[in-house]
Amino acid sequence: MKPFKSHRGIAAPLPKSNINTDLIVPARYLTRARKEGFDDALFADLRSEADGTADPNFVLNQPPFDAATILVTGDNFGCGSSREHAVWSLADYGFRVVIAPSFADIFHGNSLQNGLLVIPTPQATVNELCTKMSETPGTEITVDLDSQTVVCGNLSYTFDIDPYRKECLLNGLSETADTLRRLTEIKTFEGRHGKSHPWLTAPN
Amino acid sequence: MGKTIFEKIWAENSVMERPDGATLLFVDRHIVHDATSQGFDKMEAEGHSLRRPDLTFGLADHYVATGNSAAQRKPNFDQMVNRLEAESKRWGFDSFGPGKSKQGIVHVAGPELGITLPGCVLVCGDSHTATHGALGALAFGIGASEIAHVLATQTIWQRKPKQMRVTIDGTLDQNVTAKDLILALIGKIGAGGGTGHVIEYAGSAIRGLSMEGRLTVCNMSIEAGARTGMIAPDETTISYLEGRDYAPRGDVWDRAVAHWRTLISDDDAVFDCEVSMHSSEIAPMVTWGTSPMDVLPITGAVPAPSIADNDDERKRIAHALDYMGLTAGMQLTDIAIDRAFIGSCTNGRIEDLRAAATIAKGRKAQVPAFVTPGSGQVKAQAEAEGLDRIFTDAGFEWTDPGCSMCVAMNGDLVPPGERCASSSNRNFEGRQGRGSRTHLLSPAMAAAAAVTGHLADVRKL
Repeated sequence: MKPFKSHRGIAAPLPKSNINTDLIVPARYLTRARKEGFDDALFADLRSEADGTADPNFVLNQPPFDAATILVTGDNFGCGSSREHAVWSLADYGFRVVIAPSFADIFHGNSLQNGLLVIPTPQATVNELCTKMSETPGTEITVDLDSQTVVCGNLSYTFDIDPYRKECLLNGLSETADTLRRLTEIKTFEGRHGKSHPWLTAPN
Repeated sequence: MGKTIFEKIWAENSVMERPDGATLLFVDRHIVHDATSQGFDKMEAEGHSLRRPDLTFGLADHYVATGNSAAQRKPNFDQMVNRLEAESKRWGFDSFGPGKSKQGIVHVAGPELGITLPGCVLVCGDSHTATHGALGALAFGIGASEIAHVLATQTIWQRKPKQMRVTIDGTLDQNVTAKDLILALIGKIGAGGGTGHVIEYAGSAIRGLSMEGRLTVCNMSIEAGARTGMIAPDETTISYLEGRDYAPRGDVWDRAVAHWRTLISDDDAVFDCEVSMHSSEIAPMVTWGTSPMDVLPITGAVPAPSIADNDDERKRIAHALDYMGLTAGMQLTDIAIDRAFIGSCTNGRIEDLRAAATIAKGRKAQVPAFVTPGSGQVKAQAEAEGLDRIFTDAGFEWTDPGCSMCVAMNGDLVPPGERCASSSNRNFEGRQGRGSRTHLLSPAMAAAAAVTGHLADVRKL
């Protein structure tokens, strides 16, 4: 996983609630392998018309937002399908941070597994950020993971993050390798669980 | 203080805790499907191998061909299906691909095969894994990175979610189904109403549901944003499971049943949040917008953006009406449809097909209509009951099992601009194909729409 320490970049506003993962990456892109990349799949049906021409009304088609690396959006972002491709699309397009009042649970977990920092932020603050972005397009936001701070001009705030996920992000660590270091505990549990729940550990 | 079912299962499967408060849960059942390849890729890229093939099960569903006459299939769809088969052979886990009589949608075939058992922790790389909670399992959807973790370790790190209890009392009226119940709940609490929570469904209306109905309710927990849904196992659950392929037998069955009877929330258990509804509040429901929470009784009219209490929501509704091609104020029953789809992990079970067949019988579909059983076993049962003939006589197309037009990943698409009455679970923009317009409803309501050519109140047919 690509480590995340701090990031400064242009923020793009997409102030809609309940943006689902079908909208972030339509199903027709999901047969691709991870290494093939998903940058063109991001918001494909919003970015372009059915004939493939770019929709000038979509924020990411408008300079300077086309160079954005931070997305500021509405609540329940990433709801719906568990497809991790939604995170890969955002990351491959160049996004490093998503700021929203709330995130859907599965999307939230998927993001942190891929070095995409999601920052739950009160709605009022999200509104303030969006105002700054529309008043001064190209406004940059600075995010520092170690100090858990977001700074945008004269506005700054701190955010919460699970300490373990923070550690993994800062160091680009894979959780699986870390878990396998606890294999002895897992095997001990399996032995005990098998005795107390034989119907679960030995399916017919 | 007493414990909830969720807390009991959490404690039973807790391997260890990390200092940050996350718990390592043992995974009793991992179901993989034909859109799970990236999980296997990641496991291998990190140099790991499958730890417990005996607890891993494969079911092909997302990309399988259903024989739908309008399908636009691409060669790489079969590659996705074949990849699952190849992984199953390579690692030695049981898998049910196309053509096998027990193949089906993970959330239909899993319970049907007895892979899902009360009290088990079950995960799958699909958000509708919440479905399996209907049997009293702790079941939730995961992403590709977590799939790789489960494949390699048979465990998953989780932070304890909050708990919500939804109590629904009363008796559902005839032609009011589990689908209407869950749509009404999502309309009440919103698409993010359950975020961060596990929902336990309780009350006499829930107890009165068949296992099929319970699976439908838990299935759509994710559409309310919940991590999963659960229902305490009872006699309905136990009699459903007895004799199923992977269910225990003999003495082990007796031990299992004795344990399952303890999986109820104690009287003094505490939930973070309580929601109550009464069955009398629930009518046949239909969605009008692009979120499952955009739902009303079929007797209603398309709402105006002005019903919202804030500007963002007004804009969202206006955009949804524009996308759906609807005008505020029109009666829902005046909305003409272009096609109908009956199937999916929400409503592709035998009871769903029986309900739809009752409406189709002796009538004629006015638009292209597709009936896609949720599994090979559902298909065989339906054919034994003659349901396939009822559908085909009524001009419906009867297909092979799979996810099909619910997720539109296998080429079974709704064409751009067309309006589909669908017994599936998501009415998102583009969900059933680019530019598709989806109205979610029960199987009987979908059949009613098919035979009238417009959204219709099944009670009046």
